[in-house]
Amino acid sequence: MDDDDHLHLRLKAYEGRPAAVSGAGRDPVNAPMIRHWCEAMGDANPAYTGPGAIAPPTMLQAWIMGGLSGHAARAQAYDELLALLDEAGCTAVVATDCEQEYARPLRPGDEVAFDTVIESVSRRKTTKLGVGYFVTTRTEIRAGGTLVGTHRFRILKYAPAAREPHPEAAEAATTATAATGNTPANGTATRNGTATAVTEARQPELRPRPVVNRDNAGFWAGVRDHRFLIQRCAVCDTLRFPWLPGCNACGSAEWDTVDAGGEGTVFSYVVMHHPPFPAFSPPYAVGLIELAEGVRVISDVVDVPYDKVRIGMPVALEFRVYDDELTLPVFRAREGAA
Amino acid sequence: MKAGDELPPLEIAVTRTLIVAGALASRDYQDVHHDPELARRKGSPDIFMNILTTNGLVGRYLTDCFGPAAVLRKVAIRLGAPNYPGDVMVLRGRVEEVDGDTAVVRVTGDNGVGRHVTGTVTLTLPTGIGE
Repeated sequence: MDDDDHLHLRLKAYEGRPAAVSGAGRDPVNAPMIRHWCEAMGDANPAYTGPGAIAPPTMLQAWIMGGLSGHAARAQAYDELLALLDEAGCTAVVATDCEQEYARPLRPGDEVAFDTVIESVSRRKTTKLGVGYFVTTRTEIRAGGTLVGTHRFRILKYAPAAREPHPEAAEAATTATAATGNTPANGTATRNGTATAVTEARQPELRPRPVVNRDNAGFWAGVRDHRFLIQRCAVCDTLRFPWLPGCNACGSAEWDTVDAGGEGTVFSYVVMHHPPFPAFSPPYAVGLIELAEGVRVISDVVDVPYDKVRIGMPVALEFRVYDDELTLPVFRAREGAA
Repeated sequence: MKAGDELPPLEIAVTRTLIVAGALASRDYQDVHHDPELARRKGSPDIFMNILTTNGLVGRYLTDCFGPAAVLRKVAIRLGAPNYPGDVMVLRGRVEEVDGDTAVVRVTGDNGVGRHVTGTVTLTLPTGIGE
């Protein structure tokens, strides 16, 4: 599934290379910055004030931030890595993980030095924020030549997903529970390389294309003419769907087709909540429809709320045109439906 | 203090001021932490709290609970649902293990959107933790 993730191979080559070399904190550890931090955090810990004050340990990263003047020590390898991601459309960034270990406290007057290594780059991930890559760096921070702490940091560089029109949906779309590194890889990846896949992920209206091959071309030709063709074995008359080269019942390769009458019932269904795919807005129901002829097809139950789809619901076939190149058979609730 | 003990929860009002003050105090000038319009262009409904502020709040929560003598040794956090202005985050902690003067605490922070943060904090108390 990730074989087309060519960008990942290029990004992975940066693992182990430096992200910052011989960096120096912009300012020595100092009481005013500590006070500003404690004011912002509402932290009244007396250990952070007075003559024997230490800096709040969780302030570790603040001492090595580039701020508005940027990172003088940033290594070329890291700039290249980020540029590759920018070029692929992954222009937005969000931090997802921070792991710090404190060897000894920092105190006002300490001059901070640091080195950062690119530890790992994930495969392409689909998250609620968009499609992107997790980049993990590890920084060692020293003062007076002694290690004071280590700082592992993970960011998601991503192509922002298009925003939903509804405020609630937008909120859900940016709920970065998906940005945890545990989300499945992009299942809608194309064969055309990562940049293309990312671009496609940013066009929410474009539905995935069916895979048309020699065995099922006749079915999709029928759909274009708004006909739902079921294969019928020419020897034993057994109907089959989806289309296959041979008969499951007798093994014969001879077949013809019959037109589905269009009546069916919901045999089963699932409701998709996660992961989100660009062309679809979760939650939505995916139906397994049993046609009156006895064969079953996975399809949409249209114009029925996802939580109103029920097993046994009578449905009727219709054809929906999604764009110039895509017509799909879908099913609408029939009279008598709950 | 023993494994299984729950720490008293801490409610944090996620104001716009806290988000911006935390971003500036941590020298984080990423636009998504102070500029709503640019945050929206990146797919977010509003500005949101940066990870350094969450880290600072988790540190504060632990030292508030254990007192100024407590020494933070490790803080590892993972972010989930963002902290947007107007929300309230409730930090909770549970002691996972105690070994001599060292305790490991599991921390969560939930807001109106979901779980903002999960984390593990290791701290030591020179005066002892066992009693």
